[in-house]
Amino acid sequence: MARFGMVIDTKKCVGCMDCVVACKTENDVPEAFNRDWIVQDVRGKNPDLHMEIRTERCNHCDNPPCVYCCPTGASHVHDLGGIVLVTHDLCIGCKACLASCPYDTRFIHPEGYADKCTFCVHRVEKGLDPACVSVCPTHCMYFGDLDDPNSQVSKLLTSRKNHSLIPEAGTKPQILYLV
Amino acid sequence: MNEYTTTRHNELVDPSLHIWGWEIPVYLFIGGLVAGMMIITGYFIFKGRYKDKACVCRVLPLLGMIILSAGMFTLFLDLEHKLYTWRLYLTFKVASPMSWGAWILIVVYPTMIASFLINVPEYFSKKFLWMDKISEKLQQHKYAVKNIGVVNMLLGGLLGIYTGVLLSALGARPLWNSSMLWLLFLVSGLSAASAFVHMVAKRVDERELLAKADNGFLILEIFVIALFIIGMVTSTKVHIDSALVLLSGIYAPAFWVFVLALGIVIPLIIQLLAVNHKIKHTPVAPIMVIVGGLVLRFVIVYAGQYTHWVDAGF
Repeated sequence: MARFGMVIDTKKCVGCMDCVVACKTENDVPEAFNRDWIVQDVRGKNPDLHMEIRTERCNHCDNPPCVYCCPTGASHVHDLGGIVLVTHDLCIGCKACLASCPYDTRFIHPEGYADKCTFCVHRVEKGLDPACVSVCPTHCMYFGDLDDPNSQVSKLLTSRKNHSLIPEAGTKPQILYLV
Repeated sequence: MNEYTTTRHNELVDPSLHIWGWEIPVYLFIGGLVAGMMIITGYFIFKGRYKDKACVCRVLPLLGMIILSAGMFTLFLDLEHKLYTWRLYLTFKVASPMSWGAWILIVVYPTMIASFLINVPEYFSKKFLWMDKISEKLQQHKYAVKNIGVVNMLLGGLLGIYTGVLLSALGARPLWNSSMLWLLFLVSGLSAASAFVHMVAKRVDERELLAKADNGFLILEIFVIALFIIGMVTSTKVHIDSALVLLSGIYAPAFWVFVLALGIVIPLIIQLLAVNHKIKHTPVAPIMVIVGGLVLRFVIVYAGQYTHWVDAGF
């Protein structure tokens, strides 16, 4: 079975926020909310500085605390590639999933349910890439099956150094950043 | 240097800035208080004190139901998708403490109703004769009554424990990620309940007993808090930082002054003097204990939301 994930090349990302705009347009994300965003992480001591620009979103974790803590089963793992989703009319808006996410990727939609990135499951079901991946002008984002050793994402991960976000939280994130 | 710039500095987007408001700490406090009241009621029923007309265990179930309903109302206020609340009761999610809590609350009410019916206070038995008849029938079954007492203690324990596990299961907030939290909330709940029952009890011997019990719970609470802090400061960087939020950070004044000094140490000294007959029993110490228990929930819930895994040096 496929395990969908994303590989993001931080050497190519320029932080243009096209992915953010594409997501908001594709998914009709309400004003003032984001399902994805840009982070500029600068580390080191002047003049020896290192900057990493990242596009971040729900990590669709393999060990998802948001799914475990959900009291109604609204937060669930989709059969299609292990994508973590929220069924809106099962969600009671208790916010346990918001509190359980080490990446703070979730928010409460103005209509009352917990919302977040869906990897554009409606597009993926049709064989398309998520909206953010499809619009990236520097082609720094890759979407595919992490379980398939011949997929582009798997090949990139074997050929380049990479890291995930807060691996020590133990959630096994499925978004990996090439450095 | 570590400069971190993100496009999401907005409290609507960044839930770490606000997840749960006042409703959750109030509910967690009430949950703990009612859990303690159920354990005390269960103990008195088990000991056969229910036969005594002046026993506080006759009124505690009713008070418990009223207070718990107020707590459940604050919980309801916190929900963002209120019309879908019933979805909680279409499933049971074994890994979700919130699902456990929802079902525990459902079985707590019938238990409290059963305890109330063992020996209904005169005010109700005169108005509703059927209640009196049920009491008479129940009292003929001594073991059934004892079992109601045991179930009260068990469910009270579960209710108190779940209020702590609810938070400690959320590993993303390092301050909550402690296996001591269930014990802290249970002991704090028992202490607040002893203080509360101490104030409403009519019998002097019951007051004495509860004041002594409260002193024991307060001493235990100091040890549990110490172990909770030790567990944090001997753990990873994020856990050490979390403990410092309580010890010397922005929640330190509330923690040291309201939780420890005014909520535990000073009332403990007052109550120790009272049980040794140096001073009279007054509601001052119990009120301090109750308020301290409430502030403890606020401090833990708010400080917990303030802590997170991202290396932001909070």
